[in-house]
Amino acid sequence: MTGAEFVPLSLTPLLIGVFAAVACALPGNFLVLRRQALIGDAISHVVLPGIVVAFLVTGVVAAVPMLLGAAAAAVVAVVMIEAIRRLGNIEPGAAMGLTFTTLFAAGVLLLEQSDTSGVHLDVEHALYGNLESLIWLDAMGWESLFDPVALAELPVELFRVAAALVGVSGFLWVCWRPLVVSTFDEGFAQTMGMRTNVIGMALVIVAAIAAVAAFDAVGSIIVIAMFICPPAAARLMTNRLSTQIAWSVGFAVLSAVLGYILAGYGPLWIGFDNAVSAAGMIATVSGVILALTALWGPCRKRLGAPAV
Amino acid sequence: MLWDALTLGLGYNATLVTIGAALLGVAAGVTGTFLYLRKRALVSDAISHATLPGVALAFIVMVLLGGDGRSLPALLLGAAVSSWIGLMCVNWLTARTRLAEDAAIGAVLSVFFGFGIVLLTVIQTMNAGRAAGLEGFLLGSTAGMLFNDAVVIAVGGAVTLALVFVLRRPMGLVAFDPEFSAASGVNVGRVDLAIMGLALAVTVVGLKVVGLVLIVAMLIIPPVTARFWTDRTDHMAMISGLCGGLAAWVGAALSATAPALPTGPIIVLTSFAIFVVSLLLAPERGMLAVGLHHRRFQRRVHMRQGLLALAQGQPIYERFTLKLLRRAGLAHADGVATEDGKARAAKALRDEKRWELVRADQAFESAAVQYDGLREIETVLTVDQIAEIDRRMGGPTGVMP
Repeated sequence: MTGAEFVPLSLTPLLIGVFAAVACALPGNFLVLRRQALIGDAISHVVLPGIVVAFLVTGVVAAVPMLLGAAAAAVVAVVMIEAIRRLGNIEPGAAMGLTFTTLFAAGVLLLEQSDTSGVHLDVEHALYGNLESLIWLDAMGWESLFDPVALAELPVELFRVAAALVGVSGFLWVCWRPLVVSTFDEGFAQTMGMRTNVIGMALVIVAAIAAVAAFDAVGSIIVIAMFICPPAAARLMTNRLSTQIAWSVGFAVLSAVLGYILAGYGPLWIGFDNAVSAAGMIATVSGVILALTALWGPCRKRLGAPAV
Repeated sequence: MLWDALTLGLGYNATLVTIGAALLGVAAGVTGTFLYLRKRALVSDAISHATLPGVALAFIVMVLLGGDGRSLPALLLGAAVSSWIGLMCVNWLTARTRLAEDAAIGAVLSVFFGFGIVLLTVIQTMNAGRAAGLEGFLLGSTAGMLFNDAVVIAVGGAVTLALVFVLRRPMGLVAFDPEFSAASGVNVGRVDLAIMGLALAVTVVGLKVVGLVLIVAMLIIPPVTARFWTDRTDHMAMISGLCGGLAAWVGAALSATAPALPTGPIIVLTSFAIFVVSLLLAPERGMLAVGLHHRRFQRRVHMRQGLLALAQGQPIYERFTLKLLRRAGLAHADGVATEDGKARAAKALRDEKRWELVRADQAFESAAVQYDGLREIETVLTVDQIAEIDRRMGGPTGVMP
């Protein structure tokens, strides 16, 4: 494969996939450790109504309103889960399931009711994304990377996902200590004077930002794979948090690259002539990685506690 | 129009959809009860997403064998097999690795769903025209429901309900106290599998109507709603089935009245509306009842404290207490007790002293545990016992000059 083919057709989707995977995997580490992995599930479902409402309010498909809408929907969902849990005295899992299915249903209904036929917004797209279409038509080859005219035509999603990645990394960098302490020992964090619920909320919002940026490229349900699978696999490899995060980033990059290549070229190798869904393949590869670590990872067993 | 829909007057297809959905709603509500009581409601999310690769594989196999690929029972069989594998993966990850159940659920649902989407794109390239029906499994499609489909749903729902009825005792036992049921010889693992298996059956049967993303709601929302109304498992299962059936009936009817009202989401939103009504209005557990109860308790505390303060001649600064006392005619606006108030206050102080003696005496232990600062002593002790306490306490005596 030459640069003239690779750069316009595969470079940007590949980069977007990698950035999205890493941006989701980073907060995912903390969600998995806090046993809030399914918050990622809930967020990625409620992103849909958030985006639809943002579209209905502004009338355009633009990055900023969509991002705000999705983040607002995530906050609404978290508040609703807490409210239902406290007011109704309902166990958290059920409160979560109740909330996100309702909001998702509302999103689907709004989408069906409003006239969104002219814009790039539909349920299937929301569920499984469209990574392959994010191509860079103006590129002629590797040399285009230094051509400002061609660079100006890069798909806007690339910048959005890259910005999300920078934002997520920045959040982890700035809030590292309170985040770690409150994740492992919430009571201790409180006695240290940390506002643990603010930290928890901030983590959820950051996860929502990562989710909505990735949502565009990989669709809402595969975002969950990126939130959970690489961190969970990394959790089975090590007992140190920083090492775990490094592993999870590695796994995320590996699943994005391998998944994209397998989806794009795998079918050609075994004799089919059409590519399959890259987003789906990325999720599948991350699942295979998790399965491998669950079978042979060095730290796969529970320490101390008896197996329940 | 809506009335026509509710009474099945909107034609053959709408009638079929409404009845099918209602049956499914009942089955899902009853089955979900045990899932919820076992605190594993979200496992249904993993189960439902894990159906997708099975549906797609079944379709591919049928087409490769030269068939049409759209036989509903075969697709549902595929769905059942793959979601069973998904369920086993969740159980295995939770039991054999250090991952918590939520991570296992999330991993399984996303990976299976992703793989299902890969298979869907394979199908699209195989023969684009005939695959159109499979997208309906994502969000449900009732428009093309056939009589045979309705029969599949009805039979599946009925079998599930019968199994729930047979297994209701062990399932309830395991949901409430797994250790006790293990000690009394129930195989907890197997009963858990039965609970999950029944949820799986409902999921698979309901795929066609509400789709795999929203079937979860039919398994979770009705039991949560029913929990507000009762404390008994069997009643809860029945109420839950009723809520599920009602939501599905009304939702399906509503969606039949206009073109852009997809059945699945409308059913879920109807179900949520019933939940909200229950959250607000249910007796004892509803927000209104809890709020009223809290208010009543608050009044009693303030009243009691106010009376004790009056009896001991302490000034009352708390506005709410003063308001309550004044409204009951026990105190004047400046906080001075009325005649009535003096009598009630003396009684309150006397009761407090009686309680003090009761709580100090081992012989009254069973009565003493009921002391919470508010309870009237007459509701705990007999007249004779109170007389005995009063005798020990002694009457007022004068001071020798």
